[in-house]
Amino acid sequence: MSDDATDLTKRTDAPATTEPLLKVEGLVKHFPIKKGVLQRTVGAVQAVDGISFDVRQGETLGVVGESGCGKSTMGRLITRLLEPTGGRIEFEGKDITHLSVGEMRPLRKDVQMIFQDPYSSLNPRHTIGTIVGAPFRLQGVTPEGGVKKSVQDLLSLVGLNPEHYNRYPHEFSGGQRQRIGIARALALKPRLVVADEPVSALDVSIQAQVVNLLDDLQDELGLTYVIIAHDLSVIRHVSDRIAVMYLGKIVELADRQPLYERPMHPYTKALLSAVPVPDPRRRQSARASRILLRGDVPSPISPPSGCRFHTRCWKATAVCKSTEPPLVELAPSHRVACHHPENAPDQVPTDTEPLAGTPAEDAREVPAADGAPPG
Amino acid sequence: MSELESTVGRSSVPGPRTEDDVFLSVRDLRIHFDTDDGLVKSVDGISFDVRRGRTLGIVGESGSGKSVTSLGIMGLHRSRRARITGEVWLDSDELIAASEDFVRRQRGRKMAMIFQDPLSALHPYYTVGAQITEAYRVHHPVSKAVAKARAIDMLDRVGIPEPHKRYAGYPHEFSGGMRQRAMIAMALVNNPELLIADEPTTALDVTVQAQILDLIRDLQKEFGSAVIVITHDLGVVAEMADDLLVMYAGRCVERGTAEQVFESPQHPYTWGLLGSMPRIDRAQTERLVPVRGTPPSLINVPDGCPFHPRCPYADIPEDNVTRTVRPELRETVGSGHFTACHLPQEERTRIWTEEVEPKL
Repeated sequence: MSDDATDLTKRTDAPATTEPLLKVEGLVKHFPIKKGVLQRTVGAVQAVDGISFDVRQGETLGVVGESGCGKSTMGRLITRLLEPTGGRIEFEGKDITHLSVGEMRPLRKDVQMIFQDPYSSLNPRHTIGTIVGAPFRLQGVTPEGGVKKSVQDLLSLVGLNPEHYNRYPHEFSGGQRQRIGIARALALKPRLVVADEPVSALDVSIQAQVVNLLDDLQDELGLTYVIIAHDLSVIRHVSDRIAVMYLGKIVELADRQPLYERPMHPYTKALLSAVPVPDPRRRQSARASRILLRGDVPSPISPPSGCRFHTRCWKATAVCKSTEPPLVELAPSHRVACHHPENAPDQVPTDTEPLAGTPAEDAREVPAADGAPPG
Repeated sequence: MSELESTVGRSSVPGPRTEDDVFLSVRDLRIHFDTDDGLVKSVDGISFDVRRGRTLGIVGESGSGKSVTSLGIMGLHRSRRARITGEVWLDSDELIAASEDFVRRQRGRKMAMIFQDPLSALHPYYTVGAQITEAYRVHHPVSKAVAKARAIDMLDRVGIPEPHKRYAGYPHEFSGGMRQRAMIAMALVNNPELLIADEPTTALDVTVQAQILDLIRDLQKEFGSAVIVITHDLGVVAEMADDLLVMYAGRCVERGTAEQVFESPQHPYTWGLLGSMPRIDRAQTERLVPVRGTPPSLINVPDGCPFHPRCPYADIPEDNVTRTVRPELRETVGSGHFTACHLPQEERTRIWTEEVEPKL
């Protein structure tokens, strides 16, 4: 249907990739841990530890990872709700890394956020009209036809009844509230919308409604999205490109199809294999090819040396423990940070001895499904 | 057993043949709550059986009554506002009419539950070990040392590293996945014959979820327990369940084996659930097919079929029956496959094969 249109815009924008909408370089955020009477800093939670990526005009970048991998912190950094510890964020070529709240305000028109929890992100004492109209007031914008008219237009844009202008958030269901949050984010016609788990609090049937709505709005308004989620099926459905995060780092960054069909990072592969398949007949085969990661994600206060995934990786060798793998392009626009990637040539073929004390030692039998792809 | 036979004999409630290995049999369970706003009919006439060694999956959205059902089986609704009718037969004992004391003695040993949120199910003031030990000693007259050994053994079984050390840890010192395991250890410490897992992995990441589901399956294999998995995630039930029950507005709208329900679903709501879900195992679809509207209020459940305001096919049956007559669960083509829908069988098959399935 409208697919042609999106394809066209993408194609015409392709040369413009030299000038991405958002450019992030070496972004770092450490939260200090303070202790004692003097509140001395004794350590830091390394929530985001040096990530670089671009967001192109009109695309959807999906960000996945387990809880604690820093994906939400990343979202709050690029919308500058948090102050980065290091690195650089450029929005349309402008450095916004250390802008003050006041300097950031005019930019808020262009960068908006949709939050996860539709219950806590709306002020219960304000009417829907006030909530959705707030961006106009804060920015001192008087839209054509007045604020009320614009708010009602926005409400119908996101599929709510414009007559509900004077109602309060508690009168709406979770899905409807999420729509209100979306209407608010779209009020000022932003360029970039960062959505942090936009559907994870919603029921399945409602989740699909909101996913479709985000899709339609992108086509209609030419929005660029960064969608942060932990659900790999949702991410696959909504994203053009996907970044996989693990312990504050991007471990793999690729277009949707190659990432899901030929994941290179062992972590991505393990994540994908862990998604339960809604097909009872394929239960056995899904279970057989499943890679069970042992244990939990290590603490971001003292992340493992070298490759941060080496403590849970079945392919880990000595080099993984000592040297951090850089995020390099191993296939066209498919970047991965791994010494021993799947579906790609080994980066350190000389190092073959499994690392003692990790799953690598006793898990040589694990990736049974490996034999197939390279043929 | 004859007692059970006679009650099940009432033909109005369909159910699989009662066999000796039916461990839990729920007959026409209704759980209503009196509130200031009116009577909330959370569960409104639901019947099912679970056999030993089998897993029943209960799917539905929030407010469909799935958790209320499980709490009802466990006898955990004791508020004066809850009105419970119907029968719950647990291994030939009826629980609804039984004394509170009797039901309490069944909990833990005969039936146990895994909750969604381990932080609220574990007491923050006591060590994890103490809580598991207590659960064991309630049912087994053993010394503390024996119970402790048992608790450590259970922690080890659920995959908690260094169980000796972790035994003395408090819940807040455990990560989310570890807490969930600790709670599973507590639920399983008495080898319960019926295990109810209410959204056991909803709060967890996929990799941890895979570990926990594996664990439940392994333990079930070992003890031959009957398991009920309650979830909104169709992926999880497809993975775990032998039989499936789809709930909507406090009622069962479809019931059958997992294969039947996933491969030839009969109820439009089940179609809606399948269409709403992006699938990682299929080719990318252009758009999801959501169920329109929102789930109904349980105070004012729509007349007729409770799903009719959201059902795209509500106008097909004649005489407006979908809006006036409540559909009963009826057996469809496959044996043991039940659905509560007014659509004629041929029509349903046609819609599924021609309109719904191709879009999934």
